[in-house]
Amino acid sequence: MQITLSVNGETRGLDLDPRVTLLDALRDHLRLTGSKKGCDHGQCGACTVLMDGRRVNACLVLAAMAEGAEITTVEGLGSPEAPAALQAEFTACDGFQCGYCTPGQIMSATGMLGEAREGWPSHVSPSLAGPVSLSDGEIAERMSGNLCRCAAYPSIRQAIAKAAALPDETVAEAGE
Amino acid sequence: MRPFGYTRPAGLAEAGTAAAEGATLIAGGTNLLDLMKLQVAAPERLADIGHVPGLDGIEETETGLRIGALVTNSALAADPRIRKGWPVLSRAILAGASGQIRNRATTAGNLLQRTRCPYFQDPASACNKRVPGSGCPARGGVSRMTAILGTSENCIAAHPSDMAVAMVLLGAEAEIRAAAGTSRRLALPDLWRVPGDQPDEETTLQPGEIITAVHLPAPRGGAVQAYRKGARRNRDAGTGCLARP
Ligand SMILES: Cc1cc2nc3c(=O)[nH]c(=O)nc-3n(C[C@H](O)[C@H](O)[C@H](O)COP(=O)(O)OP(=O)(O)OC[C@H]3O[C@@H](n4cnc5c(N)ncnc54)[C@H](O)[C@@H]3O)c2cc1C
Ligand code: FES
Ligand code: FES
Repeated sequence: MQITLSVNGETRGLDLDPRVTLLDALRDHLRLTGSKKGCDHGQCGACTVLMDGRRVNACLVLAAMAEGAEITTVEGLGSPEAPAALQAEFTACDGFQCGYCTPGQIMSATGMLGEAREGWPSHVSPSLAGPVSLSDGEIAERMSGNLCRCAAYPSIRQAIAKAAALPDETVAEAGE
Repeated sequence: MRPFGYTRPAGLAEAGTAAAEGATLIAGGTNLLDLMKLQVAAPERLADIGHVPGLDGIEETETGLRIGALVTNSALAADPRIRKGWPVLSRAILAGASGQIRNRATTAGNLLQRTRCPYFQDPASACNKRVPGSGCPARGGVSRMTAILGTSENCIAAHPSDMAVAMVLLGAEAEIRAAAGTSRRLALPDLWRVPGDQPDEETTLQPGEIITAVHLPAPRGGAVQAYRKGARRNRDAGTGCLARP
């Protein structure tokens, strides 16, 4: 079937079997291999992308279901010359070992910081009324949909905490 | 995944007709696609209701709140009215899955998600729910996530939804539209069947029926609400959940 996807601000037409997931469309058909496939079942977060600004598992969305939505992948976040705040902090803090989970971690953290700015509570928030303060425990809970087989968790949380401490505008701008 | 056709009904009437003609509805897809990849589910046709207008809002009604079927679990848990008046619902939702899953998971899809019994999810195993009459290896097998109450000789599967526990406690009702266009309201406990001798029949929905909303009655003033989940990790289905108003 004919599917039009809007990815990182570009519109791309594809002829795909309805079975193709958004993740496979990105990786195998648009050659955007930043998004990774870990489990293909929504459990590891390696495939995390933004769909209309919200973080989702691209392995549990059909490409056909993503038609009409604005998709942002790690390739659309920043470049080596002009990295987004989270990309810069992951590099500065060594927020990875093998790096396989990293694009998913960074996309998930991008979505997560937006959720926190909007005041969304989490499972570990002492009060549902807010305000949200991104303690180490809050970051760990909010990032629990992203697994890291190398267990680089302490430096992943540190990188996110440092990006979260930047003025809102810096993160928001980098997330565009 | 087995091959399937994909359509996007423009409205409820079209979606209802598609469902009455045998199409399987897909909303967030976080449960159905997972099961399709495992070949536990193999629909011939998917009707994607994710864009049907009018189903994604939370409105105040004379008696409480009407939560559209497509409201995401994230949006519901974060809604200021829910956080204030029905906090056990926010807490139950936030105790489950992950930020990414909750951003896609919908209110109706969550209620209708299938069991996470490992034998149901494994097409190589017998399972009375998946293949009626094939047996229930969960009895005497790996059963730490299965049910204690409401079981039968034929099935001990548990419903895995955290959200549903709170919704039932709060006295929620499902608003259901038949393919003919009529609408009915159903107290949530009556949406599901206990397995009995027909574990494959999971709900009381008729062919072509679509859940359009969930109604919450007014909050009980002054009540302290809490939700406790026993599980190895939050993303896992609870081995036991307690909610109290
Ligand atoms: C890794 C992982 C961890 C999870 N952990 C938890 C957890 O800890 N706690 C928990 O409660 N849940 C958990 N879940 C399950 C998750 O909550 C469900 O997958 C989700 O709520 C389903 O919603 P959906 O909109 O994606 O449903 P879909 O997959 O789109 O649909 C599910 C079913 O509902 C039917 N349906 C959908 N909408 C309608 C409608 N309006 N009318 C009639 N039928 C409809 C579909 O036909 C399908 O049969 C987890 C899921 C994953 C993948
Ligand atoms: S590949 Fe999508 S969550 Fe693991
Ligand atoms: S850095 Fe190797 S999986 Fe996370």
